[in-house]
Amino acid sequence: MGEPLLELRDMTVTYHTGRGPVPAVRGVDLVVDTGQTVGLAGESGCGKSTVALAVLRLLPTTARLGGKVLLNGEDVVAMKWGRLRAVRWASASVVFQGAMHALNPVRPVGEQLAEPILLHGGAGANTVSSRVGDLLEQVGLPARRARAYPHELSGGQRQRVMIAMALACDPQLIIADEPTTALDVMVQAQVLDLVSRLVSELGIGLMMISHDLSVLASTCQRLAVMYAGRIIEQGPARQVLQAPAHPYTKALSAAFPTIGDPESRLAPRGLPGDPPDPSALPPGCPFHPRCPSAFADCVDTDVALRPVDTGRSAACLLEVRP
Amino acid sequence: MSTPSPTAIAWQRRRAAVGRVWQEFLSDRGGLFGLAALSLIVALAVFAPLLSDASGLDPTHATGRPLEAPSGHFLLGTDNLGRSVLLQVWWGARISLLVGVLATLVSVGIGTLVGVAAAHFGGWTSAVLMRFTDFFLVLPSLVLAIALSTVLNRGIFAIVLAVGVTSWPSTARLVRAQTLAVESRPYIERAWALGAGHVHVIIRHVLPAVAALVFANTTLTVANSIIAESTLSFLGLGDPNAASWGEMLNAALGSGAVTYGAWWYLLPPGLAIALVVLAFMLAGRALETVLNPRLRER
Amino acid sequence: MIGPVSTALAPDLAPPTTPGGRGGGTVRHLATKLGGAVVSLLMVIVLGFFLFRVLPGDPVKTITRGAPVGPQQLAALRHELGLDKPIAAQFVDYLAQLARGDLGESYQFRVPVSTLIGERIGPTVLLVGVATALAILVGLWLGTRAAWRRGSRFDRISTGVALLLWSAPTFWLGLVLLTVTGNLFPSQGLINPNTPAGFLPQTLDLLHHLTLPCLTLVAVLYAQYLLVMRSSLLEEMNADYLVTAKAKGLRDDLVRRRHAVPNAMLPTVTLIFLNLGLVVSGAVTVETVFSWPGLGLLTYQALQGPDLPLLQGLFVVLAGAVLVMNLIAELLYQVIDPRVRAT
Repeated sequence: MGEPLLELRDMTVTYHTGRGPVPAVRGVDLVVDTGQTVGLAGESGCGKSTVALAVLRLLPTTARLGGKVLLNGEDVVAMKWGRLRAVRWASASVVFQGAMHALNPVRPVGEQLAEPILLHGGAGANTVSSRVGDLLEQVGLPARRARAYPHELSGGQRQRVMIAMALACDPQLIIADEPTTALDVMVQAQVLDLVSRLVSELGIGLMMISHDLSVLASTCQRLAVMYAGRIIEQGPARQVLQAPAHPYTKALSAAFPTIGDPESRLAPRGLPGDPPDPSALPPGCPFHPRCPSAFADCVDTDVALRPVDTGRSAACLLEVRP
Repeated sequence: MSTPSPTAIAWQRRRAAVGRVWQEFLSDRGGLFGLAALSLIVALAVFAPLLSDASGLDPTHATGRPLEAPSGHFLLGTDNLGRSVLLQVWWGARISLLVGVLATLVSVGIGTLVGVAAAHFGGWTSAVLMRFTDFFLVLPSLVLAIALSTVLNRGIFAIVLAVGVTSWPSTARLVRAQTLAVESRPYIERAWALGAGHVHVIIRHVLPAVAALVFANTTLTVANSIIAESTLSFLGLGDPNAASWGEMLNAALGSGAVTYGAWWYLLPPGLAIALVVLAFMLAGRALETVLNPRLRER
Repeated sequence: MIGPVSTALAPDLAPPTTPGGRGGGTVRHLATKLGGAVVSLLMVIVLGFFLFRVLPGDPVKTITRGAPVGPQQLAALRHELGLDKPIAAQFVDYLAQLARGDLGESYQFRVPVSTLIGERIGPTVLLVGVATALAILVGLWLGTRAAWRRGSRFDRISTGVALLLWSAPTFWLGLVLLTVTGNLFPSQGLINPNTPAGFLPQTLDLLHHLTLPCLTLVAVLYAQYLLVMRSSLLEEMNADYLVTAKAKGLRDDLVRRRHAVPNAMLPTVTLIFLNLGLVVSGAVTVETVFSWPGLGLLTYQALQGPDLPLLQGLFVVLAGAVLVMNLIAELLYQVIDPRVRAT
């Protein structure tokens, strides 16, 4: 099988602010194999978007990236700027959340699609416009929309443009950061459908990031759940969703009822409290103040991720106790 | 202990907010410099009669020769009538600051009135007022101020009025935007629902909420008013008996200080204007940054 | 005088985010703008009348201020100037004159005001044009670099210098430049009468005379443009599309040139045009200091009388020019910003 497409090894991200360092990502290990779809779930502020930006080193200058980010075996963290620029978009591209803001408002979308193609030598100046047209048609938009400005497109259309843009340089990996958050449910389903279809047709690896477990359930083979800058549970998507090992995953999956399952409708949903402030994490398991099953040891034991089943792991003392 | 009244709670909250603003303001070095410089200059201007002898300003009592270069006796030399430049700059601060502040009061007063009215009443009133504001915003205000101070009786009062009447539009726009933001908040809705009238809503809710930004804007407006005053005085529209810094420069140009190369006569008044304006501007910008979250670093 | 470059002005200037693309809307938008400009021009005309005929009470007293004149002379002067008619009739006369392009006759020069303005407009356009162009180039370039390297030594120095220059009164900067340069540059006028005829020597002499006034005006204007461009670019720096551009693998300077600057430019252009009054006031003081024979110096000369008809004419012409420039800017905005442009 060879090396994985993307491997994060003990990745850390720390923001250096005026009030001292704030750890946003505190040691994440994650593997995405070629053609595999991996979901990354968690509440806002848990560090999942930071992970997405860190893969291509797109973080603001106040952030420090640590650990290893291996893209096709090559460490992104140690890359020189020139090499990094060459890898960006050509090896891995990003579908950002909120395409209204992720697209430049004063340039036609076709121009923005052509930009990475020309930059990475995907096509010459004379063939680029037909390539742009192909890309737009691939995501279900007429080729003539290349002349449109972002504000002239609907939210769904803009997200399709974003996806077409991500495909522009035939990357092996696409990172989709909340690609459907701002869309209404119907459009959301269409866009998710499109992403799943393209990924499986083209054999691309996908890292999909969302706060919405139902979105991830429908698109991903594997699932990782983040809390307070760490992965607290991961495994095959269906198993994680149906039989969560970590109380946090349980709460999260209860918050999104499975349609047609009466039990999930009756179970108490949601989770009291707010995710912890990354600059002031509680000691022990960071989830213990909100955990319904917390016990004395949780307050002072920092739990690491450990295997709970074949291909699954979780970071909870409940799973460790005999 | 009895429960504090709602007013007491509101005041407590406001005091806490002021304390927070003060803390943040202190962390802005530029603003701090501006504030320190201003305090010093204002103190010097206010206590000038106690610390110096005003009789040196009277040409008939001048003790030096005309356009004497700086020396131990006259630290900044003398002007064309043999008076100490240092003394004149010192006393000029009183006029320049006074005119600047008074003109700003006129300007901010008109601007706040127009801004609140335009936002609060909406509809036709708003359309007409904003049209008016935009008109005055683009009008070359120096030309308008020149016109005003020409036809009014010359003097400090004319300059105050000319500067004040021509510089209010930016305040009006700022206040209007802020009022619109405040009035869309739920507690105003609640006040309306409880039967509050226009006067109550404006005085009790809108004005306290916009006051902070108006204050920051005032600081910036004083800077502009002082430059405006100096320009009008330089053009000969001021009162020669109330020698502001602009008036001094007018006299310097008129007496041939430039051709004589009397830099000690030309530099101090201009530097004084620049320093005061810079101080007001730095303090104002710092205040604006603290008070207006939109401008803060994200 | 100097409009505060407070960024708080910017939100109102932000282009409307309503979806464009409807032809009818654009025509209506254009008509509104044109109508607004016409109303503004009318307001300038009325204001001109109000300021110089109504507000002074008796203009004749203002003219003869300090001079010993008898009541008969005053009455005669009033009659000569048409000031003994009722105010409404005077207003009609004023409008009729304006419609014919007649701005009255200068008390001081005894020539029609329109002739005087026509003679002086060339030097002002030259001075203001060259200075504004230079100031925009320098200001936008420095402002862009300062914002891009926010907090760097370059940013701190260039912003500091700009704030300092902006705090100093224009005329004083001119005076200082004159004193510092000594005899290197001519201190007054447009051209030396002893300069030999011929295109090259005449042009060189003109440029020689232009240097100092132009430099003074640039010093004040560029500072403002720098500050506006810097704050406008800083607003854009947090925009998500810049992360997209970086993710595509664009070099830093391309991200800036292709994506950040075009977006930051739009509010800057508006603010530059909104502050054209600043250019006019700069011209008045700079021309006064350097005796540059343009409209600014003419304004200063008119003040000495005071020459009310001349001041009135200058007011109407200068204010009108600024209004027209603003209209042009707004129309230009339609062309450069796709969000308000029709397709």
